[in-house]
Amino acid sequence: MCIGCGLLVLVILALIAVTMTRKAWPALSHDGLRFFTSQRWAPNVEAFGSLAFVYGTLVTAVIALALAVPVSVGIALYLSDLAPRRLRGPVGSLVDLLAAVPSVVYGLWGVIVLAPWLSGVYDRISDVTSPIPILSTLFAGPSKGRGLFTAGIILALMITPIVTSITKEVFDTVPRAQKEAAYALGATRWEMIRAAIFPHSRAGMVGAVMLGLGRAMGETIAAALVIGSSPQITANLFRSGDSMAAVIANQFGEAGGLHASALIALGVELFALTIIVNVIARAIVGRRLRRA
Amino acid sequence: MVMGVEQQRRKPYLVLAPFVAVALLASACGGGDGAAGGGAGGGAGKEAPIRATLNAAGATFPNAFYEVAIAGYKQVQPGVTVNYAATGSGTGRQRLQDGVVDFAGSDGLVAAADVPKYKGEFVYIPTVAAPITVSYNLSGVSDLTLDADTIAKVFSRQIKTWNDPAITALNPGKNLPATAITVAHRSDGSGTTENFTKYLVAAAPNSWSLKSGSTVEWPADTQAGNGNQGVAQIVKSTAGGVGYVDLSDAKASGLQFAKVRNRSGNAVLPTVEAASAALAGVTINDDLSYNPLNADGADAYPITAPTWILVYKNQTDQAKGAAIKSFLRYVLGDAQKQAKAVDYASLPSGLQQKALAKVDSIVVPA
Repeated sequence: MCIGCGLLVLVILALIAVTMTRKAWPALSHDGLRFFTSQRWAPNVEAFGSLAFVYGTLVTAVIALALAVPVSVGIALYLSDLAPRRLRGPVGSLVDLLAAVPSVVYGLWGVIVLAPWLSGVYDRISDVTSPIPILSTLFAGPSKGRGLFTAGIILALMITPIVTSITKEVFDTVPRAQKEAAYALGATRWEMIRAAIFPHSRAGMVGAVMLGLGRAMGETIAAALVIGSSPQITANLFRSGDSMAAVIANQFGEAGGLHASALIALGVELFALTIIVNVIARAIVGRRLRRA
Repeated sequence: MVMGVEQQRRKPYLVLAPFVAVALLASACGGGDGAAGGGAGGGAGKEAPIRATLNAAGATFPNAFYEVAIAGYKQVQPGVTVNYAATGSGTGRQRLQDGVVDFAGSDGLVAAADVPKYKGEFVYIPTVAAPITVSYNLSGVSDLTLDADTIAKVFSRQIKTWNDPAITALNPGKNLPATAITVAHRSDGSGTTENFTKYLVAAAPNSWSLKSGSTVEWPADTQAGNGNQGVAQIVKSTAGGVGYVDLSDAKASGLQFAKVRNRSGNAVLPTVEAASAALAGVTINDDLSYNPLNADGADAYPITAPTWILVYKNQTDQAKGAAIKSFLRYVLGDAQKQAKAVDYASLPSGLQQKALAKVDSIVVPA
């Protein structure tokens, strides 16, 4: 029974991969390897290159993780160890509420409220960072607010509840004996967290981050509305970009023939990319766990 | 939550009561509408009552008009339910190819290479047309005039400020500020983009090199909005913004429209009358395809976009075939009078007659 269910999931995944690759084949055979290496996406002249979208997907996901993971771990630590018992329930529920907000609402809020406000913030940041060498390339202005960084912020908001709740569950499983032992040896609170909680929870935290990363890479509508829809590879995080999920959502309605096939090929590439990133991350963590 | 657990166990059905009440009220209201509609339809229609469900998908551009037409048609034939999903022209055509819908709405013609993929011969039925406005946001400047070359240069970022010589030359006597131009275009694939870029290819071939399509390679320093409303919102909120928006959405957002110089050299505002003038002079092909972009005519608005309904010529289901013909006759007949109220141009009578003849040519099994 259980083996059957497990196999069923694998079979469904395999079927998805196979049928999508078949539909994507006309575009892949038309463009060949250029599909994966070219930056140029011009459906009206049938030039399809996915590199700009891969870049946008990865960059927004990394920004989202960089913003969300420290905050989520902080919230989870607070909820599991530091908060007064009375507050744990309500604060935990509030964080979970963030997950209940539909992603299109995040996107609309981002477009109507956040992006215009961030435009002014970005201009001030770029004024400050203009003399500093690397930062001036990463955070150059002027900006209208819609771009890779704004998409990263919205994605960070969306993955925080997932990473927080899983991390909190993992932190709650740390045996009290280990925490008490750390205190008994004279550790401060932060030293106790580093010595007792983090080593025990490493695998679980990585799992939580992987889930968050998967959601960030696949998030469609919220990213589509705030990312600026301008497929380009740029080091300037305040500029517009585009991501694979966003371009599929935006262009599929009007696409026909080769264009639709190319968008399906992008979907296959996103599928493969998510699996590859997951495998690499697990390999890195596996090596660290074995070493520890 | 105030009730104790025991009380909850004894009276669970009380929780359901409000939902049941709402469901009963909703069905009563729905039933009431149907009865009233049936009465009106039975008296007014000359056709025999038909019972069918028609599924359709396609362009978002004529969606506002089709919604009005479908609501009006329900009074004529209450037994026919028409579902039009505004998914986009490309998806609509694809669904007609796959036989999933009964007819499709499309702003563009089917490519020759795709024609064999359809399940049989299909016909184009033109329904309405509407102007695509060039909306702008420049305080203190009203009645801006632009021409095709200037529009092409603005949208391809060859002209970057409002007081550029090319624009001031077209607007003598107006004080144009040195504000930077912010170009807004569509982030999603769109028939509106396709018609707008087709116009630029036809009218400004020397200034426009980005070709035409539902998506084009817009320069990187432009802004993208989702849907006509998204572009309207960018123009509305950015001083110096300019974008192409269909008439009904531009009006709804309170945007200013530029006058566009047509082929005869007259600067024309994007109104329904000017769109009709563009339709009046076009050449109509045998299959009822036509191109009103950059049309001849002293009062013609040059960026007028057409739209068609695609339907198979040989219908296989008697009830559905009869319903399709009846609905299309309504769209080409009484519904045309409602087009202007929703900012669409009705077809000129010559094209209307040809379209009705095309509908009659649809074969329905007896």
